[in-house]
Amino acid sequence: MPSFRALPAFFLSILLAGFLQLAGAQDFVAVPAPSSHVIDQAHMLQEQQRSALDQVLAEYEARTGSQIAVLLISSTAPEAIEQYGIRVADAWKLGRKGIDDGVILIVAKDNPKALRRLRIEAGRGVQGSLTDAKSKRILEDVIAPHFRQNDYYGGLAAGVSALTSLLDEEHLPAAEKAKQAAAQDDNGWLGLIVIVAFLAVFFGVLLLVRRRPRNNLSSNDWGHTAGVIVGSILSDAIQNRGGRSGGFSSGGSFGGSSGGGLSGGGGSFDGGGASGDW
Amino acid sequence: MKKWFAWLAIAASVLTLSSCGYNDFQAKDEATKAAWGEVVNQYQRRADLIPNLVNTVKGYAAHEKDTLEAVTRARAAATSFQITPEVLNNPEAFNKFQQVQGELSSALSRLMAVSENYPQLKADTSFRDLQSQLEGTENRITVARQRYIASVQEYNVLARSFPTNITAKIFSYQVKPSFTVENEKAISTAPAVNFGK
Repeated sequence: MPSFRALPAFFLSILLAGFLQLAGAQDFVAVPAPSSHVIDQAHMLQEQQRSALDQVLAEYEARTGSQIAVLLISSTAPEAIEQYGIRVADAWKLGRKGIDDGVILIVAKDNPKALRRLRIEAGRGVQGSLTDAKSKRILEDVIAPHFRQNDYYGGLAAGVSALTSLLDEEHLPAAEKAKQAAAQDDNGWLGLIVIVAFLAVFFGVLLLVRRRPRNNLSSNDWGHTAGVIVGSILSDAIQNRGGRSGGFSSGGSFGGSSGGGLSGGGGSFDGGGASGDW
Repeated sequence: MKKWFAWLAIAASVLTLSSCGYNDFQAKDEATKAAWGEVVNQYQRRADLIPNLVNTVKGYAAHEKDTLEAVTRARAAATSFQITPEVLNNPEAFNKFQQVQGELSSALSRLMAVSENYPQLKADTSFRDLQSQLEGTENRITVARQRYIASVQEYNVLARSFPTNITAKIFSYQVKPSFTVENEKAISTAPAVNFGK
């Protein structure tokens, strides 16, 4: 049996290796880690400018819960900026899970005209106010005029404030990080108490049953079953706690002056948004 | 002794069930259906944009009658093609779906090419907005199609590799059709939306 079960895994690994090679051969631009709200790999901003923007976006996230990020890279070739953009969106998963209020503004400074140089990736949950048409207008009417005069910081700052004011129009749930963190702790304790109480009852019943003379199962089996059940309950509980606390870990986005890191909350993207140029 | 045997039988059946991949089939089948739902949803979104687009273009370029009618006809053909879940398991219906949507794509791209010749139309705000919505939706379609391809690929690997292919035979889970490379070309030629700098 084990050798049979290993076969599909074997085939899968061959397939996977093939795909990895394919992907490697095409040499797509790698998606950087979401180390902060503003990532400048194209050196378009000075460090103070970058950290100022970063701070604005970190504060916006702390205040509203919505995650907006800016990614400046030199090129997305051979992919078009849309293809690169959705890969970034899928990798970062900005926005809160289930609310999907993440936005990514991507600038590929040296892209050829056909691949486009500007992109807004709008999360599913913000497309009510940040429609494709509005995204386009932000790119063409707000950001592009500044960029044409090589005023990258001005363009990005104006673009970011246009994005935040549009997102404010969307009636999204308020940021509840502090509350959630507290509630989560409570839940955790409550969960543990329930589990302990359950275990006490369970073992009590077990003892009662075992005293009965006509017991179908041997004591060994009982011990085994109990072990399996208890084990699965405990591991479930641990996983739940881990999962919940993981979902909201938004890095150091509270961290004051430096702006801090960025960690996607699990939002999803469908490719909506707009591309443009300057 | 008997009890021991019963436990062994249970353990063996659990092992067999998990290795035959029955549950995997359920999960991956649902995943492909969800991905397909998104594809259909985005094509529908595009179809919903077209009446407004055609009307706006008509306002400035009424004598481009042929192009406008071609778009309207292609849209009618695409929306009247009934999309049932069976499309997923029927390669012919799937090809037909691709074909009608592909025809709509090319009719739309002709319309967009024609509209380049009308500066007033290009300056119209509502046309600009419709253009960007169409462009966004074409990108959504691309993304939805990619995700569908990925989910079908996972499903098909399961349906064709050993030993899960035996499960597939028993429960008649067939290999699902996917967007193929040849018609990928035809269908994914997004309307050339050029904003003319």
